[in-house]
Amino acid sequence: MRHILTATVMNEPGVLAHVANMFSARGFNIDSLVVGRTEDPNFSRMTIVVSADERTLDQVRKQLAKIVTVVKVRDYKETPYVSRDLMLIKLSAAASSRSEIIELAALFRGRVVDVGMSSLMVELSGEEEKLDAFVELVRPYGIRELARTGVIAMSRGGATNAGTDEEGRTDQRPATARPAVRQPVPAKRQPSQQELEATPPG
Amino acid sequence: MSTSTSPIGAGANASAAKTTSKSNATNAIGAPPAHRTGSIVVENAAKATESIANGLPVLGRPTGKTDRFNGMTGAQILLQMLLEHGVTDAFGYPGGAILPTFDQLYEKQLNFILVRHEQGAGHMADGYARATGKPGIVIVTSGPGATNTVTPLATAYMDSIPMIVFSGQVRSYLIGNDAFQEADVTGITRPVTKRNYLVKNVRDLPRIINEAFIIATTGRPGPVLVDLPVDVTTGKIEDAVDDTPYLPGYKIYKAGHSKMVKAAADLINASERPVLYVGGGVILSQAWPHVREIARKGNIPTTTTLLGLGAFDENSPLSLHMLGMHGSAYANYAVQESDCLIAVGARFDDRVTGNLKLFAPKAKIVHVDIDPSSISKNVKVDVPVVGDACLCLEEMLGYIEPRPRSSWLSQVARWKVSFPFAYKDDTELSKPQAIIEAINKVTGGKAVFTTGVGQHQMWAAQFVRWSVPRSMITSGGLGTMGFGLPAAIGAQVGRPNELVIDIDGDASYIMTAMELATMSQYNLPVKVAILNNRFQGMVRQWQQLFYKGRFSHSEMVNPDFAAMAESFGIRGLRCHRKQDLIQCVEEMVNHPGPCVVDFLCETDENVYPMVASGKGLHEMELGIVGCAAPNSDREMGTLA
Repeated sequence: MRHILTATVMNEPGVLAHVANMFSARGFNIDSLVVGRTEDPNFSRMTIVVSADERTLDQVRKQLAKIVTVVKVRDYKETPYVSRDLMLIKLSAAASSRSEIIELAALFRGRVVDVGMSSLMVELSGEEEKLDAFVELVRPYGIRELARTGVIAMSRGGATNAGTDEEGRTDQRPATARPAVRQPVPAKRQPSQQELEATPPG
Repeated sequence: MSTSTSPIGAGANASAAKTTSKSNATNAIGAPPAHRTGSIVVENAAKATESIANGLPVLGRPTGKTDRFNGMTGAQILLQMLLEHGVTDAFGYPGGAILPTFDQLYEKQLNFILVRHEQGAGHMADGYARATGKPGIVIVTSGPGATNTVTPLATAYMDSIPMIVFSGQVRSYLIGNDAFQEADVTGITRPVTKRNYLVKNVRDLPRIINEAFIIATTGRPGPVLVDLPVDVTTGKIEDAVDDTPYLPGYKIYKAGHSKMVKAAADLINASERPVLYVGGGVILSQAWPHVREIARKGNIPTTTTLLGLGAFDENSPLSLHMLGMHGSAYANYAVQESDCLIAVGARFDDRVTGNLKLFAPKAKIVHVDIDPSSISKNVKVDVPVVGDACLCLEEMLGYIEPRPRSSWLSQVARWKVSFPFAYKDDTELSKPQAIIEAINKVTGGKAVFTTGVGQHQMWAAQFVRWSVPRSMITSGGLGTMGFGLPAAIGAQVGRPNELVIDIDGDASYIMTAMELATMSQYNLPVKVAILNNRFQGMVRQWQQLFYKGRFSHSEMVNPDFAAMAESFGIRGLRCHRKQDLIQCVEEMVNHPGPCVVDFLCETDENVYPMVASGKGLHEMELGIVGCAAPNSDREMGTLA
């Protein structure tokens, strides 16, 4: 089963190595690991996707939290969340197939960000499955290059990852103290206006 | 030098109180260590000067923006802060990149022990920490000096021992250039330290030293490494710096969740066949008075892990001695039959549990541990209590109901009569067990023992009657051969007036035997009892049992250990005849200075009971253990 965890970590050298090493040393499988800055320059945020059963997930969470430079760990097992993956994909696109690809990209709310004589680059973001589906659709045209960021995630509603609650740090916390589910999960979220906005290629 | 407190802190007072109050039959337990009643959980003699900064306990001085370091170099700051943190002793070896620091040690404000190999320094600091409860301090140079401490760091990390290694590093602008004696020490040691630091600016040094002490000594203790480039130790602080520790991701668990403590007590009270399973965490947290009291109050048979030996008094009828792969048959049977297993400060290591699927099948499991990641890691736990064992048990004690549990206790007593640790004394040479029994008899078990790793370690665990906390110092998790001698030296430095005996195997001993020179230089009166069977005994045992007796590279050709010791200026004795055994042990113990005794012993002796890997605890091979006649003179301890 795939699980998403986020970890707020101290922004200093060696933290990524420590986290990555912990995963390999304990035999946990990482599907993806994304690190980026946060609004506070002292902290970075990692989003980690792991394939694990419940017990392994519990260990992953605790082992992450145990690392001194990891400030906060959160898993999204019981929380509604938004997850996104960003992809750049360069496709072979002769003049004849170019319009088809542009049409497909538009259907997926992707953007054409570069056009060459025989190629097209599309930027596409969304949930992983959506990106997977697009890749399969355009495969026949010929994929020259593909880069994906891996998943980032954030809980819905008002709860923040940087808060002071001890969620995820201990086994003994009563279940009632977990942050309440703040809103129901929509079946499929409609893209916002900003997401629909397209920018010109290039 | 300001520490006038007892070198082993309040813990020693508690154990001393324990031994002197033996006549008090109702409660043979000393008062809990005084400082444990406070809200801060730090084992250190310098407790008196503790303050709180950022919610973290800081030893030494109050922290904050300070100009007291103005004009001081990094090396001067390091020495001053070590003294402020109550450090009285340190171990290490100089070298180019750490010379600025060693120049500060010239004034001898610290009792510095020059070792012969940095691995020795690490194990000495480890032995020192285990014997005293204070963090062990190591100071070594860059590159090979630092990499030689990797094994001791891993040893301390596995056994949760507070230790701080200060390693030199090349100048910070040379880092990454493959400079002379440069190694990526923070990279190399990251998996075997609780936290490590590369100090890049001398202005960070005071804060980092404070953090290093907090991390090493609080929560689940562990080793910390601080890498010090030359330009940091020579660099000067010119104006005010902030030395307040900043550890936003670090949480120190103290009292357990009261709901869970109550739930655990309820489960224990309702149980018919409870067993207490006590690990090294009880020693680290100084929770042994509470463990003993809970066992007494609830009539709960108690077994300890290898690292927990001494936490419980094995002379008590409630003692089941050690459990696990080479534990007692009765401890293993009791765990398998138990309906409530109470693990305290133990981590369900594979050497303890045997086959996990077959482990304690009838038991509900209570697990008291300070490390949440220990909970349900190997065994699914029914009632987890995350917190400091001392505080958790103190609270739990109030809920424990006195219950006779007479049928369970008589079952346990029957097992103890039927399956005592035993061996047949039928060979020309001494049996190794007989040597340990002799040492136990002569010392009354009242000494600080260290061991190497292997058969002799298991026999020491089985045949010494452990009753005093911090008296068994051994590498459990990592199983580091060569640990015994340096650990004994460290223990002796920490407890200079006590008898320290390294029970070692010939193969383990010679791995770090160059530290005899350290022992000799500082005239540390460590006693070394080498159980010399001219083999890596445990390897030989496994090769005999599982590899058709093909003894591949496990036979040792040893030097004359007595002559070797003499060449270091250390008293060397030989004990080659059975009838000299007691006399030799007495001579060793009574010798005022350091002494090494080469006890020649039988080669073909195996450690039993033995739970083969993949087997459940109840499926152990009993060997001779099951054959011993009840009430024979081989029985160990008090059979209830």
